[in-house]
Amino acid sequence: MSAALELEGFSVAYGKVEALHHASLRVAEGAIVTVIGPNGAGKTTLLGAIMGLLPSKGRLHYAGAALEGAPTEERVARGMCLVPERRELFAELSVHDNLLLGGFHRRREGARALAADMAQVYARFPKLEERASQLAGTLSGGERQMLALGRALMAKPRLLLLDEPSLGLAPRIVREIYHIIADLKRTGVSMLLVEQNARAALQVADYAYVLEVGDIVLQGPAAELAGHPRVIETYLGLSSAAPRAGAS
Amino acid sequence: MNADIFLWLAQDGVTNGAIYALLALALLLVFAVTRVIFVPQGEFITFAALSLSMLEAGRVPGTIYILAIGGLAAAAIEGFGAARSRAWRRLPRIAALYVVLPLAVALLVAWAAPRKPDQWLQVLLVLAMVVPLGPIVYRVAYQPLASASVLVLFIASMAVHYVLVGLSLVFFGGEGLRSSPFWDARFKLGVLEVSAQSLWVLAASLVLIVALWLLFEHTIYGKALRATAINRVGARLVGIPTALTGQLSFLLAAFIGAVSGILIAPITTLYYDTGFIIGLKGFVGAILGGMASYPLAALGALGVGLLESFSSFWASAYKETIVFGLIVPVLVWLSLRSRHVEEEEERE
Amino acid sequence: MALFIAFLALAPFALSEFYVTLMNYIGLATLVTLGLVLLTGVAGLMSFGQQVFVGFGAYATAVLTIQYGASPWLGLGAGLAFTAAAALGLGLITVRLSGHYLPISTIAWGLAFYFAFGNLDFLGRYDGLQGVPAISLFGWKLESGRGSYALIWVATLAALLAAHNLLDSRSGRAIRTLRFRATMAESFGVDTARLKLIVFLYAALLASLSGWLYAHFLHFVSPGAFNVNIGIEYLFMAVVGGASQVWGAVIGASLLTLLKEWLKDILPRFFEQSGNYEAIVFGLLMLSLLHRARDGLMPVLARLGRAHRRIPAKVATANPLPRRPGPPAGEPLLALAGVQKNFGGLAAVRALSFEMRGGAILGLIGPNGAGKSTVFNLVTGVLRAGAGEVRFRGARIDALPARRIARLGIARTFQHVNLVGGMSVLENVALGAHLRGAKGTLQAMLRLDREEERRLLHEAARQVERVGLAAHVQEAAASLALGQQRLVEVARALAADPVLLLLDEPAAGLRFQEKQALAALLQRLRAEGTSILLVEHDMDFVMGLVDRLVVMDFGEKIAEGLPREIQANPLVIEAYLGGIE
Repeated sequence: MSAALELEGFSVAYGKVEALHHASLRVAEGAIVTVIGPNGAGKTTLLGAIMGLLPSKGRLHYAGAALEGAPTEERVARGMCLVPERRELFAELSVHDNLLLGGFHRRREGARALAADMAQVYARFPKLEERASQLAGTLSGGERQMLALGRALMAKPRLLLLDEPSLGLAPRIVREIYHIIADLKRTGVSMLLVEQNARAALQVADYAYVLEVGDIVLQGPAAELAGHPRVIETYLGLSSAAPRAGAS
Repeated sequence: MNADIFLWLAQDGVTNGAIYALLALALLLVFAVTRVIFVPQGEFITFAALSLSMLEAGRVPGTIYILAIGGLAAAAIEGFGAARSRAWRRLPRIAALYVVLPLAVALLVAWAAPRKPDQWLQVLLVLAMVVPLGPIVYRVAYQPLASASVLVLFIASMAVHYVLVGLSLVFFGGEGLRSSPFWDARFKLGVLEVSAQSLWVLAASLVLIVALWLLFEHTIYGKALRATAINRVGARLVGIPTALTGQLSFLLAAFIGAVSGILIAPITTLYYDTGFIIGLKGFVGAILGGMASYPLAALGALGVGLLESFSSFWASAYKETIVFGLIVPVLVWLSLRSRHVEEEEERE
Repeated sequence: MALFIAFLALAPFALSEFYVTLMNYIGLATLVTLGLVLLTGVAGLMSFGQQVFVGFGAYATAVLTIQYGASPWLGLGAGLAFTAAAALGLGLITVRLSGHYLPISTIAWGLAFYFAFGNLDFLGRYDGLQGVPAISLFGWKLESGRGSYALIWVATLAALLAAHNLLDSRSGRAIRTLRFRATMAESFGVDTARLKLIVFLYAALLASLSGWLYAHFLHFVSPGAFNVNIGIEYLFMAVVGGASQVWGAVIGASLLTLLKEWLKDILPRFFEQSGNYEAIVFGLLMLSLLHRARDGLMPVLARLGRAHRRIPAKVATANPLPRRPGPPAGEPLLALAGVQKNFGGLAAVRALSFEMRGGAILGLIGPNGAGKSTVFNLVTGVLRAGAGEVRFRGARIDALPARRIARLGIARTFQHVNLVGGMSVLENVALGAHLRGAKGTLQAMLRLDREEERRLLHEAARQVERVGLAAHVQEAAASLALGQQRLVEVARALAADPVLLLLDEPAAGLRFQEKQALAALLQRLRAEGTSILLVEHDMDFVMGLVDRLVVMDFGEKIAEGLPREIQANPLVIEAYLGGIE
């Protein structure tokens, strides 16, 4: 299978401190790949650098093109899209305008194409349509995450980067979000998913990497990693003393 | 003071205040989008006003040299960048935008000036000369600093101010100029005698404010500008190029500066460095509005105009001291209102 | 350094009158620039209005000596007093406002005072005041340029030395947090607003002193010397020279003064028209400087701190600092009751109540975004609760500012590492002991703080060693790995000699062995009577360490109890694991 995204020897540094060392990572076309790991491991840094928000060293190939040093807007125009951990919505603009701006790089496709996609997003998230004229800053946590996802969908991404999509959400909404992720996979979108909620991530992903203190320490098919003792201890169970509570 | 004088002063104050309001809006816009405190805004006023007066006198305004020099500097920077990344295909566009266009405008003005065109054409020529300076200044001075802190950008602004005032003296000389009014008529409105020029200023300011509102509320580029101002990271993530929004906001600022200069040219005698002080009065207005709200900034600027007008009656020598001293009580008020001021701690 | 002083000493004998005069101008500019280096480069407050204070100093002495025949020394006193009053007034207003207000308002008051100087009758309006007398010193009349030279440079060197001493002291470390780390500094008891005011005042007084020297050296004062452009040029000088350190003020002032003189001399030969060409050159010079120091020149200016670090490689031993008596184990220490905090419409913490007792480690856990860090900020006074009570040893602390809470013996680490990157590990940790020293800025300038300073640094070194970073004690904090930086945070909190220690994810980014060492350290601390409130995600680390646990989700407490009770609690498992099917 060809790769949607390929990183080789990919490093990110803040000043003198390296937050990510020579990482190599591959997202196959149409696959969901997850990166799990504790807080401070460098997961968010990884996604920011892939989008060009942070300067990085090393090789970055996207859909066959070398994009090292390309500005963020070019990466977006080529179909990369990040739903960030902090959502980064336009709080003082309406829900509608937030979605509209999600399609900013497609502004030359014409109003009709955008309106059709907007209708699709609203069909997927009826809540957003109810609140279309409300300011984004007034939404609840779950609605914000839906808006962030909706805004990303307006960009028609080919590679979607998701940073902690379940963060701070009630279990019911987490389930909803993961349904959408599985749905998107069916439409052929490749995804790189960063999660603390390792169990959920490993359930939807095809392949997984474990990131610790800036290094990839484990990788393998998601189903295999879910059974790896180290992953179980650190990320899935509440230590070895905890009962192995399955997802009910 | 009798009612006539009062009304006359009020009219004068509102007229100047309307111009300060335009400037305050432009300053807020630029600050919100780029975090640049755009002190050199005042120089656009100077350039526009002095260019208009010189065109009127049939002389070729020095602005064309500033435009040509700026264009070439921007072309050099862009060209160097393109050459380094071997993006040769960008060169024709760079040449067209930063060399051909400014030179064409410069030649057109040089050709037209001695022919003393109609006043309306003069205005168009002035806009054609001054407005492109906005994006050029952004490209040359600020774009390389896009990620720098507010304070670094502030120093850059002072440096740009220095360069532009220096150029202004070189190309305009030290003489003061005033252009003739667009419309010389005066009306009686009850006891108040209204000058047509004042009406012009008010009408133009209103039209511009409405146009800006339409731009921000109803076009995707206007929304992109607002989005950038609200959340820079979010804006980058939806693919809004920060260089574009920066140039766009400077284009608007230059346009507003140029219009202000054109409006003020018949009212005040301007020297090569007068624009600085006029621009700063716009700033005082913006600060009165708390550097955040557009309507409050416009109101604040009107207040500055009125204060200036009335203090020129009571204590004309201390007019400037009073206007700029006004900032102190305002800051006291802002300081009392803000409990905790860590919201904008600089990042290391 | 020695060369520089030798040059200064010989200059008046070797140089012509013209160059001595030029040197005088450099000295005068250095005084003002030095103030700006401290104000802008170190404390992060930017002013374009220093020329106003120069004007105060100059006009005060000119008016008193010419119109009232007073002694120049009286003029100096009056100028400094007037400047101090004005700077205090302006400072009180502006230092509390966020970054960009100060520079804009300095430009505004620069213009206001320029026009005031030019229009006030008793200041001679735009013509200025002629005939300021020369200063007499021990019967010598400092008449010529050479006469003033000694006075100007003695004053300048003294100011440089004082500034140098200041930065290398307890207050100096606190001042160096002002630009990027004020919140953190408040959490260790630093009154940042007061410190900003002090720096502002010092810069203003230096400017005023420069004005006094200027008036008696030139014998003439007029508004032209105090216009806004001069203020801008002072800042340019600070920017140009600031790159190195306090002595950068000399470099910046020298370079730009000489350059200006040279340009005035040379440019008219190339251009027939008259024009302010040196302004263009200055502007372009500044722009290219800003562009080349890509991330802005602020980091370059900040290297002041780094270049300045010249603490002896070995920290001198000193008497240990006295320790705070801790509460007996089991005494109620911290109690939250019905605490509520909303951000916008979202409740980050909802009706939260829990208690912890002395001598224990309490773990606070929960999924990301559950509100744990908000609890830390509420307890330490960084945030103020919307409702509810926080009590520490029985007394309410929810209305106290962070620095008052620090005084009670609560110290914390930050989830996002909050160190001054340019300072050494030792200096960063010594900042934690801020409240255990008492010497102020003046004592630091005069080096009357050395005994206390040795004790503070000794204590800091002890804590650095305790967290296992003794090998890095003199390195810049920014050069450590992220995990090690977290340990520096722990050491800094320990230097405060806390009764209650709040640790926000101290083990994140640590490797296995480092984690074990940290766990051992925390256990030792508990044995010594320090209580710890711990937020941490690594469950192995938490479960083996804590006495009790509080679990949060969505801002609410969902469980509390012993580790094994928590591990079996279905609510907790649901919150952590979520599950998606």
